[in-house]
Amino acid sequence: MTVIGVSFGNTTSSIAAPAQDGKGVEVIANPDGERAIPSALAYVGEDEYHGGQALAQLIRNPKNTIINFRDYVGQSFSKVDPTVTERASHAIDLNGQIGFQVTKSNEAGEERTETVSAEEATVRHLGKLKAAAADYLGTEITGAVVAVSTDFTEEQKAALVKAGDAAGLKVLQIISEPSAALLAHASVEDRLEQDKTYVVADIGGIRTDAAVISVRGGILTTLATAHDYELGGDKLDDALAEFIAKEFEKKYKVDPRKTARSLAKLKDAAILARKTLSNVQSATISIESLADGIDYHSTINRLRFELVARNVLSQLTGFVENLVKKANLDTLDIDEVLLAGGVSFTPKLASNIQFIFPESTVVVAPSLDTKASNPDELVARGAALQATLLENFDEEEIKESLSPVIVNTQHISKAIGIVNAAGEFVPILKQETTYPIRRSIQLDAPKGDVLVSVYEGDQKVKETVLEPAAKDEDDEDDYSDDEPEVVREKHFLPGTKLADLAVRDIHEGSKVEVTLNINKEGTLQVSAREVRQGSVAFRGEITY
Amino acid sequence: MSLPSLPANFGAENFKAATKYTAPVRRPIEPVGRYFLAHASRALRGHTWSEFEKIEAEKNVNTVDETDENADLGDEEQDAELLAHDPRDWKTADLYAVLGLSHLRYKATEDQIRRAHRKQVLKHHPDKKGAKGGLDQDGFFKIIQKAYETILDPSKRAQYDSVDEKANVLPPPPKTDYDFFEAWTPVVESEKRFAKKQVVPSLGDANTPKAEVEAFYAAFYRIDSWRSFEFLDEDVPDDSSNRDHKRYIERKNVASRKKRKAEDNARFIALADRLRSEDPRIKLFKEAEKAEKERKKWERDAGAREAAAKAQKEAEEAAAKKEAEEKAAAALKADSKKAKEAAKSAKKKNKRAIRGAPKDAGYFGDADKAEAIDSDVGFLIESFDDLQLSDVSGKVASGDAAAIKEALATIAKEQTASGKVPAAILKYFV
Repeated sequence: MTVIGVSFGNTTSSIAAPAQDGKGVEVIANPDGERAIPSALAYVGEDEYHGGQALAQLIRNPKNTIINFRDYVGQSFSKVDPTVTERASHAIDLNGQIGFQVTKSNEAGEERTETVSAEEATVRHLGKLKAAAADYLGTEITGAVVAVSTDFTEEQKAALVKAGDAAGLKVLQIISEPSAALLAHASVEDRLEQDKTYVVADIGGIRTDAAVISVRGGILTTLATAHDYELGGDKLDDALAEFIAKEFEKKYKVDPRKTARSLAKLKDAAILARKTLSNVQSATISIESLADGIDYHSTINRLRFELVARNVLSQLTGFVENLVKKANLDTLDIDEVLLAGGVSFTPKLASNIQFIFPESTVVVAPSLDTKASNPDELVARGAALQATLLENFDEEEIKESLSPVIVNTQHISKAIGIVNAAGEFVPILKQETTYPIRRSIQLDAPKGDVLVSVYEGDQKVKETVLEPAAKDEDDEDDYSDDEPEVVREKHFLPGTKLADLAVRDIHEGSKVEVTLNINKEGTLQVSAREVRQGSVAFRGEITY
Repeated sequence: MSLPSLPANFGAENFKAATKYTAPVRRPIEPVGRYFLAHASRALRGHTWSEFEKIEAEKNVNTVDETDENADLGDEEQDAELLAHDPRDWKTADLYAVLGLSHLRYKATEDQIRRAHRKQVLKHHPDKKGAKGGLDQDGFFKIIQKAYETILDPSKRAQYDSVDEKANVLPPPPKTDYDFFEAWTPVVESEKRFAKKQVVPSLGDANTPKAEVEAFYAAFYRIDSWRSFEFLDEDVPDDSSNRDHKRYIERKNVASRKKRKAEDNARFIALADRLRSEDPRIKLFKEAEKAEKERKKWERDAGAREAAAKAQKEAEEAAAKKEAEEKAAAALKADSKKAKEAAKSAKKKNKRAIRGAPKDAGYFGDADKAEAIDSDVGFLIESFDDLQLSDVSGKVASGDAAAIKEALATIAKEQTASGKVPAAILKYFV
């Protein structure tokens, strides 16, 4: 009786389940010991391979290997990009649906051609995942929460649920990858209770997705999403493979890009080198019989890789930057950037992204913060967390909870707060806070009567130019083009006054608690009372 | 942080609402996490939802835009000719049309190029064509890939843009009727794209001030063009066959690039010259300059002109004055003559009166001495000045003999006393 969380990706999938020790969730490995399980299937003879074993078939048996089928689920052939399956079994038109052609052979060696639709591949894949989880946990799997990208259509979700049913894995809920990743990240240390705005960038193998998500009162709202269907770890690997190919060609005067097998070997070596370089400064590349029977062996250091991949890395950075623009936000509005997906291990990527954000923004990536969770596992863990939360709900309740009347809630457009004695705006409810909500703060108060002025806050960017530090005399002849550093800060300023509330007869040295409460009808109730037993609350109401 | 004290004039009321708060936005929330589930169960258990609220919640939701990001790319279809283009001659194909970007051309951003490429791949991938029955149908796909490679690489794209004739806007045919700004602005914009530094101002309109127009021409003439003609190079053959031939082709390419560049520079200068010569603003400025010059000249000559006028005026005045003076003098002369004559006649009259007076008075009874009296009066009259003459003539006018005698005797005494008449010659009045 266990529920699991599944992160179903184009390149890899992960499964997470409640931890054995009862604290939190953990990502579980398949029988091959893989935690990031390649979403791949391969057919050899009568046998079916899955995961890393299937991926290994890309070199020898690409025509019977199926990869990158996640985005094809529930889609029609005319809408999809077949290039992503170029180095494996090609996607074919199956009466409008998408399928793959594979050749199987029986013991007698008679070959027969079969078609596997994307849905069938998904069924097989989910079935394997379920079996791996059941093996690992030793219990029956009763349901799963599956995380997919935000642009999954309703038809795709329906197809996924159907595939899950066929695989014997009950899909309890389909959630979006960025919210799953953020849920996993924010569930630690009660980060969910802090009102913050996040950018969640999920950099996958063949595509990159990102979302701006605001967390207010523990509730997540997606403000903007962006997708790039060509950018991803594959592009980094391609750049590195191209580099290896050039080196090889220079040395042996043989083009290793001529045969599919050589290309597959190049790619395989590039992936391995990229992953190694995320952890150490240099990696060995060793490919046996790359072309014309010649072996290739060399080392590459991290700096070289970063140069080779510079173009792709800057595109990834630009992608995140554009998303913030698309959400009509300033980089100063973003409190944290959460990097998910295997490519996030790349140190240069994290430092590049840190560079476009102000210092106040925290970039969560393993290379910048050793305590950051594994970006590969975030989505699966978020899905598992959601699955454990759903355990107490029955199917009907879950379905009702997802109805528009619950999900589509009102969000206030501007921050609401009060003005303190110094004339500064103190936000109590930040913009994009969804209601019903109730939030209070406590402030010092002078003796006698005090005024609680409720305002809407406006945010203003303040730019201060820091003059470069005075140079020493002997530096004078050095040419310097130091630009003065500009420090940008965002401040709240009191905007429109909403109401004034008088709180009378405060005792010496006492505090006042101000509570803002917006009920589901949108009525804002302001109340303030002295923090003292038996004190009377002063209150009033305004609407939008 | 502390709260401010209540201002004294706040009043007795405790709560004063000022305005309503800004209208909220309805957005979907992510159905994850315990706070969401708490919200959902509160909402589900606590309330029954009316149909109206359900409908409201489904409408007016500000959802995150997951739909058509490619709206800016349009729905361009390649024509049959382009689709059948030989991939070996991909260089002669319209690479922007291949990607469905012919409405954007050199203005297409990198992002748009990527998305356009993806869109074309989704449509023209050989796997999709193969599914429809044809076998060797990857020709156009090859062109797509070539176009993508060319246009995505900034340096290759610059080479292609250099020879992308379809992006060039031709100047209006000369000696036809056209609106200068309407016809030339796109031409200028299309030429400006070749500038290495994008600082060339726009052509402007009829009301652009002179300084800006001049700045435009200065910058336009000085455009440092990045246009180059590598794209039209003949393919350099592999050097394994014939090295000399390879070098020959390379030299030929360099020469033809140079030639084309020179031709392009000449073309540009001619175009700029024509633009300037046709610019109505330049004509206006020239006319204005001419008028200004004349005005300046006019101003510069003003001093001399004024002096001349002054001199003339003075001469006229002097002449008039002289004339007036002459007239006055003449008049005066005439007057004095008259007066003199009058005085003379008055004198004569007075003399006559004085001379006649003794006779009229009957010689004061001394008729015997009449000759002496007349002689004395004659001498006296000769010695009188004008004043005495009139004085005496007044005194003798009374006709009273005694008074006349007395007056004459008195004057005779005065005259002798003053020595004007010697006492010896007077016979009667002594």
